[in-house]
Amino acid sequence: MSGVYWMEAKMELRKMARLKQYSLSVVGFPLMFYVFFGLAMASSFTQGPISVSKYLLATYGAFSVMGATLYAFGAGVAVERGMGWLEVKRASPMPAGAYLLAKMAVSVVFGAMVVSLLFALGAIFGGVRMPAGQWLLLWTALVAGAIPFGAIGLAIGSFAGPNSAPGTVNMIYLPMAFLGGLWMPIEVMPKMLQHFAPLLPSYHFGQIALAILGAQTQGAIGAHVEVLVGFGLLFAGIAWIAQSREHVKMYG
Amino acid sequence: MPVAELRRVTKRYGEVEALRGIDLSLGRGELLALLGPNGAGKTTAVRILLGLAEPTAGDATLFGHHPASPEAKMRRGALLQVAKVPETLKVREHIELFSSYYRNPLPFAETVAAAGLRGIENRLFGDLSGGQKQRVLFALAICGNPELLFLDEPTVGLDVESRRTLWGHIRGFVKRGGSVLLTTHYLEEADALAHRVAVIDRGRIAAEGSPAEIKAQTGTNVLEDAFLAIVEENAEVIE
Repeated sequence: MSGVYWMEAKMELRKMARLKQYSLSVVGFPLMFYVFFGLAMASSFTQGPISVSKYLLATYGAFSVMGATLYAFGAGVAVERGMGWLEVKRASPMPAGAYLLAKMAVSVVFGAMVVSLLFALGAIFGGVRMPAGQWLLLWTALVAGAIPFGAIGLAIGSFAGPNSAPGTVNMIYLPMAFLGGLWMPIEVMPKMLQHFAPLLPSYHFGQIALAILGAQTQGAIGAHVEVLVGFGLLFAGIAWIAQSREHVKMYG
Repeated sequence: MPVAELRRVTKRYGEVEALRGIDLSLGRGELLALLGPNGAGKTTAVRILLGLAEPTAGDATLFGHHPASPEAKMRRGALLQVAKVPETLKVREHIELFSSYYRNPLPFAETVAAAGLRGIENRLFGDLSGGQKQRVLFALAICGNPELLFLDEPTVGLDVESRRTLWGHIRGFVKRGGSVLLTTHYLEEADALAHRVAVIDRGRIAAEGSPAEIKAQTGTNVLEDAFLAIVEENAEVIE
């Protein structure tokens, strides 16, 4: 039976890798932003004791994983649900978990790939240096972010219409990343926005990554992990309720 | 034991009664066509038999099992109406994936032959013509070597040639001993393929029998005329 899960994940990966809207934007945007703000403009501002190239490696890493995951789940599920493909799958003997695990596999593989590329850019062109254990811990924490954001994406995918889904994901993903301090350090933003940030899962994700780097963060790392787990559970619950409502929807 | 059965099935969506106590049974090796105007309850009946919706009252079984049970799913295949199929997978990959869901799938080459896909196995789904796409969906429905096939308007939007080609593949499936529940708006299609026809109107079975019996019952020799006569008569009875 495990063969089914493997097969589903493999095909989902091929499908998404060939889907240029996904593969190009998910890989391209974080790398481009990091090159602009983390490398090219790095000397124009500093962020406390650690270099901007290093600081932004954590936050753009978080940005990358969020993107890979929110598009794979949010847009992916909304389109397949709205266009009837999910129904074809549900009528087949596919184990229900295979569908979600395959989307998670795509999120993790793409997230890991972009984070690895960012690390290489930072190390080679940004002069970022860390002990091997710290690189590994940061990499693992970033990639693990696919789990709570997968739940958030799934909730979006359960509500968004199939045609508007990519736009809906953008409307949530980009402001959430910016306001959570993933594009530029939260400390340089207006005070009002700083107060708003803790309401966003992106903020807590960024703070976890920054804490691993030894950057100045607000609050303990454990508390941020707890909040992120809480967000994950909350949105998984929302997705589950949306899914059960789907069953009683009207058909002719 | 019938392959698929609905017993006094009622389905209510809020105020609307989509099905009002339907009995339907499909025998082994039989092709039953479910006809009816839009909104008559055809799709609801199919969704209940696939376990995608639960009846409000009554029972639905496939091979004596609940339609959503793994036992039922393993023994059936379904071609449903779908607005968009993932386009960046190859024909071969779609078939291999769906084959992996089943315990005893058909060998790949046999599925390809039975759905008329030879020579296009390595094309991306998005690059196919309408007829080819529909044959891929047919392949996904039969690749698990099911005993029972659900075909929900399988030839909608196809040109005459593609439609006839698909008919050939459906006949092939029945010839090998399979049972089929077909819903269609093309009455010519029901006439050409079905052993038995059931007309659903306003959530009830308005007529049932072989295409010849249905035509004889209304004194016409075209199934389309018979269909219209039944639906009109049914409307008068209800009023």
